[in-house]
Amino acid sequence: MSAWIRQHWQAVVLGFRKLSVLNALVIGIALSLPAAGYALIDSLRPAGERLALEPRISLFLAPQARRADAEALGTRLRADRRIASVRFVPREEALKEMSEVQGLSEVIGALGRNPLPDAFVVTSKQDIAGELAKLPGVAHVQADAVWARRLAAAASIAQLGVGVLAALLGAALVAVTFNTIRLQILTQRDEIEVSKLLGATDAFIGRPFYYLGLLQGVAGGLLALAIVAGALALLNREVRVLADSYGSNFRFEFLPLSEAALVVLGASVLGWLGAWLSVGRHLRAIEPT
Amino acid sequence: MVSFSAVAKRYPGGQEALKDVSFSLEAGELAFLTGRSGAGKSTLLKLIPAIERPSAGSVVVNGQNIASLKRAAIPYLRRNIGLVFQDQKLLYDRSVFDNVMLPLAFSAHAPKEAARRARAALDKVGLLGREKANPIQLSGGEQQRVAIARAVVNRPAILVADEPTANLDAESAVRILEIFVAFNQVGVTVLIASHDRALVERYGKRVLRLEDGRIA
Repeated sequence: MSAWIRQHWQAVVLGFRKLSVLNALVIGIALSLPAAGYALIDSLRPAGERLALEPRISLFLAPQARRADAEALGTRLRADRRIASVRFVPREEALKEMSEVQGLSEVIGALGRNPLPDAFVVTSKQDIAGELAKLPGVAHVQADAVWARRLAAAASIAQLGVGVLAALLGAALVAVTFNTIRLQILTQRDEIEVSKLLGATDAFIGRPFYYLGLLQGVAGGLLALAIVAGALALLNREVRVLADSYGSNFRFEFLPLSEAALVVLGASVLGWLGAWLSVGRHLRAIEPT
Repeated sequence: MVSFSAVAKRYPGGQEALKDVSFSLEAGELAFLTGRSGAGKSTLLKLIPAIERPSAGSVVVNGQNIASLKRAAIPYLRRNIGLVFQDQKLLYDRSVFDNVMLPLAFSAHAPKEAARRARAALDKVGLLGREKANPIQLSGGEQQRVAIARAVVNRPAILVADEPTANLDAESAVRILEIFVAFNQVGVTVLIASHDRALVERYGKRVLRLEDGRIA
């Protein structure tokens, strides 16, 4: 083994020994907030995109509308070239779907009669909701496109928020590391002073501290991912119930592997940065007298 | 090996520790530096490993001028100078053996070679049996011998000792000085500061007397 590798390995071992679980935990919790926020937004994005790509418009007929009128309207909708697809949802089917939803069947049973109207679900890339509302027999129109726009706006605000949070907590990580290394240098003052007297270079003395900062960042990053994974698993247990009730298989997804790696990499770089700032400032100040 | 010419050292605040010091030590020479406390002995010794820099004049150690030495070059200068202090400056969080191993860590020796050298150095000061002990368990004289072992483990050309016997009983003091004499006999240049003139004069070696910031 070459001397260079051996010296670095020694520094890694020394850095690792000084690693404090508590510090790593502080960093981990701090980083888990933006990481979790990112995972949540990332999971919601496909839903939002689908909504925006294929906007659905629901046409609800008047509750007392006759089936023949509904069929006539259906024919008219199918003939419209701007409309990509038309699906008729009879009031019986709507009731059946609804009663399959947990907890709602009892409510529906209590009503005694079917309160739901017949409905058409159409998809169109064009904004024709207003026009459809004027068709005879249509009581109410609900367009997803509006919701898609609102969701997109909300998502970009949330994304900005996560970005700001990540920047702030990244700075906190640098500060925590800076202070950790400062305290380490102070507790090892005697050893550093003696080492300098015996001919140790600043690079040699600083090396374990650089590795400590780096390892602390890595440990914090890994802990953050573990916290996010645990939180999402808990959240998904509840989300499953809710999503199933809408016939959706939506789940919050963990960060993609590349982005999880980026969290750890970013944390290690920031940890190294904190160590670098701290070593540069505090190691020079210790000189034998 | 060590050459001072017209060296002055003033500390910030105006205190003048050295006024005009000139002398030189040939390679392989052993000399004592005496003088009362506060005469400037420690200051003079600190100039050799560049712990302090001269305010005027030149200090040349091993061909290198201390006044103009770059900060980055200082560690390499110090690796060739064995330093022994009155207060030993041992690390009490590790064994005697690990204390002696310390200078070998940053000069990048292979672990086996480093361990062999550390044992050899401990053997020379008669402490091979105590390598696993913590320095705090040792007597003052033994601790000073550990410090000497640490100073010589990198086989420096120069040994500089500041009052190495000041806190020791007469018997231990003699033993320490014998060790320095033994290193000198194998070619190491040695400079020892001591205020104990009676002890120093027993060896019949060169004595530099520092008085009021000058070599008398």
